[in-house]
Parts: sequence; structure tokens; C-alpha cells
Amino acid sequence: MTTAVESEPGAKPGPARSGLVAVSRAPWWVRYALLVAGLAVALWLPNGLYPAVAVDILCWALLAVSVDLLLGFTGLMSFGHAAFWGTSAYLAGIAAIKAGLPFPVAVLTGALGAAVIALPIGYLAVKRTGIYFAMVTLAFAQMIYYVANKWGSVTGGENGLQAVPRELGGLDLSDEYYFYYAALPIALLGLWAAWRIVNSPFGRVLVGIRDNPARARALGYPVHRYKLTAFVLSAFLAGLGGGLFAMGHQFVSLDVLHWTTSGKAVIVVVLGGIGTLWGGVLGAALLVRLEDWLSFSGFEQIGLVTGTIFVLAVLLFRRGIWGTAVDLVRRWQARRGRTED
Amino acid sequence: MAGQALLSARGLTRDFRGFRAVDQVDLDVAADSVHALVGPNGAGKTTLFNLLTGFLPPTAGRIELAGRDVTGLPPEQVARLGVARSFQITSLFPQLCAREHVELALQSPSGLGWRFWRSVKLMGRYRERAEELLDMVGLAELAEAPAEALAYGRKRALELAIALALDPKVLLLDEPTAGMGLEDVDRTVDLIATVRKGRTVVMVEHNMSVVGRLADTVTVLQAGKVLVEGPYEQVRADERVITAYLGAADAAH
Ligand SMILES: Nc1ncnc2c1ncn2[C@@H]1O[C@H](COP(=O)(O)OP(=O)(O)O)[C@@H](O)[C@H]1O
Ligand SMILES: [Mg+2]
Repeated sequence: MTTAVESEPGAKPGPARSGLVAVSRAPWWVRYALLVAGLAVALWLPNGLYPAVAVDILCWALLAVSVDLLLGFTGLMSFGHAAFWGTSAYLAGIAAIKAGLPFPVAVLTGALGAAVIALPIGYLAVKRTGIYFAMVTLAFAQMIYYVANKWGSVTGGENGLQAVPRELGGLDLSDEYYFYYAALPIALLGLWAAWRIVNSPFGRVLVGIRDNPARARALGYPVHRYKLTAFVLSAFLAGLGGGLFAMGHQFVSLDVLHWTTSGKAVIVVVLGGIGTLWGGVLGAALLVRLEDWLSFSGFEQIGLVTGTIFVLAVLLFRRGIWGTAVDLVRRWQARRGRTED
Repeated sequence: MAGQALLSARGLTRDFRGFRAVDQVDLDVAADSVHALVGPNGAGKTTLFNLLTGFLPPTAGRIELAGRDVTGLPPEQVARLGVARSFQITSLFPQLCAREHVELALQSPSGLGWRFWRSVKLMGRYRERAEELLDMVGLAELAEAPAEALAYGRKRALELAIALALDPKVLLLDEPTAGMGLEDVDRTVDLIATVRKGRTVVMVEHNMSVVGRLADTVTVLQAGKVLVEGPYEQVRADERVITAYLGAADAAH
């Protein structure tokens, strides 16, 4: 057992208390109002946007919270979540085409498959930290990309999977508008699960591990096993998103496994605010909407725009949209508190 | 007072890229004793702690806890076997408040930490005990303060509270009073004197008056080797030790 520690394992100074903690400490009526507002927006969404875009937002929101569960709450930056998103997309697609499974069951199959492949990948990856962890996840994601590309008899190779059916008890879901409302409960369940994990005794241990792994070990917590569990849970959530994505588009191409998908997931989280959970949902909504608008206006260099946004977010909004908003509210409260004294 | 050896090391050695930080150390820590490790900076005291707690694998040698070979066990397993430590450089979770630290330590032996599907409110079952422990180390008023906002001496006290929360058989304290004011030093000495009952304490300590008040046995390390070992009065009177450190350390007081 080699544990690389300096003679004095010390705590690195962390950022101030994360946005999520701040919200969970807000008065009950603030939390309640935010929840109601969020649900109202979710219910309204396909009336204000193209329903297909609204479905994409649900999928990317799931991917974002899955990445933030690791990046913001465990201190691990995955650069390979395309592996879980894409594997689930293919598995869900195949389950729907070959076995004719109802679409929620196909999505669940995909997500479970993603969790299963996350086990060996995570086992090897969690032994590393920082950039090395990111490299290991990227390497495995690239491997899966090449396997999918070569294994054309199953994945359809360059052509991908075509005409993925979305069955649900004889309902007609061919219209994206209705499909959105069929997909919404799955997405909300996934988001609720992420919130539950972060606000569980397990989530508390993860935050400890993120802030000071050596101290967590000295308390008797098997840090690798906790990280691995978080990794598998995260892959499952990413898989929910990827499976829904396959159903939403009724088509799966190699893009779902491409490294740019992993990169975009990280960008969305940074934009929304690392360690805020709901920030990732906001980031996903904004980026998906923006990309749709850009491609609709015939703009070709979408990657350039997302890249620029990423750089700007890193330089100007270190804490992302959600984190900055929480900051502003807190500063306003502090000022009000001072004038009342 | 001194019973059988609860924690012992044989030929314990650790190299860092050819540099021998701990050199063939034999150590027997008697059950229910307070055992002080002293020696100048760089003598290898902290490295020895890291070896004993599994944070570093030894280059050679063997560690036994209550007769069981624990050499090479990872730190979390050593902790599970009842060895708790504090760190020389305060090592806390900056974003958690003092109470949450102690709750996390109290939760560790249970399986609750795995329950990702349950509410964090379940950790409230440790609240009362956590507040007791915080009160014991004089942190009752600061229970809700985030660790990063605590003053240095308070952080050291919190370190002690979390180590105690593990209810360890062996408590390893790396310079528990370093950087503390006189009042805090006295409080810490009293606290260690209280919590040592039914426990074995190993402490690295530079303050010889603290060592004198607490330690049954003193081991002096120099350049990774054991120089002298024995009861405090005897070690204090030892020629080699006087010339090397104790004279200087006492003169400083
Ligand atoms: N991780 C490490 N890598 C290289 N050298 C180390 C490491 N940890 C400690 N040392 C060296 O080992 C020697 C003993 O250090 P340490 O155990 O911290 O001494 P003490 O706690 O007695 O002051 C020092 O010379 C230190 O520089
Ligand atoms: Mg030291």
C-alpha cells in the first residue's frame, strides 16, 4: 500500500462554503420558492423552446450533475464521461431496437450498463488524482470510442443506430412535445437522486475526502472505495442522460462517445458553478440553447464559441453562474444586516 | 503503570531517495502509558508517526499492534484498529464546521457513511456526543464555525476532539501544544491527563515541561535513530541528552 503523502499531510485552502451548502442553509421558504420555480420552468420549457431542444437540455442537465458530483463534491475531474453517456446511448438504443423495450426500461438498461463499465474504469482511475485522474478517464473513453467505431456489427459504425423506437404502453410519442413530458419524470428522478446523494451521510464523507483525503483516511474512511462508489453513481446518472439522449434523437452516432462530449460536460459545470449541482443544470440549459441558436443561424464554429465561453467563465466568473449569484445574495444580506445593526 | 507493549516497532526504517529519515528504530509503547518522542527538527518523529499509522510504508521493519502484525496496512485500517492520530500541521476539512468534523469522526465506525440514499439529517444522532467532545476541548461556543475561520489554537483543539471522537486505544499526537499560548498549553495538558485513562498516548512534544508533566517514558530520536529511552527523570539526567538537547530546551524556558 503506497500512500504518497508529504511528511505533513495538510489541508489545502479550499474555496468558501459551496453554493449548494449555502442554499441548503437558506430559509425554508427560499428553498421552497426555488424548487417551485424550477419545476414550473421544467413544465413550461417545451412551450418556450423547440421541444427537441428542451429534451436535449434534460439530457445535458443529467450529464452536468453527474460530472459535478465528482468534480464539485469529490474533487475528481473526469474527462471521460462521454464513455458513460455514449455507452448508455448505444445500449439503450440497442435495447429499444432489438428487444423492443419500452423507452424508460431501455434508458435504465443503458444507465446500468454505464455503471457496470464504470466499475473497472473507476477502480483504476481513483488511484490517481488531479490531472492524472483526468488522463485515465480520457484514455478509457478514447478506448471505448475506438471499440465502438470498429465494432460496426453492433454499433452501426459510421452510420450509427438508426430509427430507435420510443415505445411506452402504446402511447404515441413521435411528437417531441409529448416525448418531453414522458422524459421529464426520468430526468427529475435523476436530478433528485443527485441531490439526495450530495445531501446524504455519504455526500458528507465525499466532501471530507475532497477537502482533505489524508484526514478522511486517518478517520478510518476507505477513500478509494468511497471515490469508486461516487464514480459508479456518477456514471449511472450520466448514463440516464445518454440513454434519454438516444431516445430523444431516435438516433445514436459515434459523437456520443467523442471526447468533445466529455469536454462540453466539464464546460457546462464550470459555467454553471462547480460544486453547486443546480448550476450545472443552468449551464446545460444555456449552452444547449446557445448551440441550437448558433447552428440555426448557420454559424459553423460552435466549438470556438463554447471554448471562448469556457475561458471567459474561468477568467471572470470563477464560481460560475450559480456560485456568483449565491455570492451576490450573501453580500446583499451581509450589507442589509450591517445597516440594521 | 507500564504494562505490556501495545504498540511496538522492530527495525523500523524509512528512506526518502537514499536519505534515511528513520533508521532501525525499535520502540515499545506500554499499554496505558504516555510515551513522549522528543528530538530536534528533522529527527524523524513525524515520519515515524506516518509509518506507525500506515501513511507511509516502511522501507524495512515491522509494526505490531497488540501482538498483531499491522505493517503495510493502509491508514484507514490502522485507524479502524483503534489508532487515532493528530497531524503536526493542522489537518481539517476547511468547509465543514467544528461540529461536523466531530460528527464525521463519530460516524466512521458505523456503516452510515455509505448510505447515499438517506438524508444527511441522520447524522444528527451524533450531535449530542459531538457537542460533549467540543465542550471538553473548549470549543462549545465555536461548534458552528467553519474550520477555516478558527484561530490556530482552536484548530489544534479541534484536531484533538476528532481524534478523541474515534475513541482510540492508541492516541498519537504530533506536537499537540505547538504554537499555543500558555493558557491553552495548560488546558491541553489537563485534557491529555484526563483522556489518557484507559488509553495509550504517544506524543511528539518539544515543550519539556509538558513532557515532564505527562510522560511515563521518553524516547529521544536523533537523525532517525533512538538515542536514549527511559523514564523522564532518567532521560533528563542523561549526559548525551543534556549535551544534545535537553539543556538547550530547558534553558529556553
Ligand atoms: N516525504 C518526504 N520526502 C523526502 N524527505 C522527507 C519526507 N518527509 C520527511 N522527510 C525528511 O525526513 C527527515 C525527518 O523529517 P520529520 O519526520 O518531519 O522530522 P521531525 O518530525 O522529527 O521534525 C527530514 O530531514 C525531512 O526533510
Ligand atoms: Mg515533525
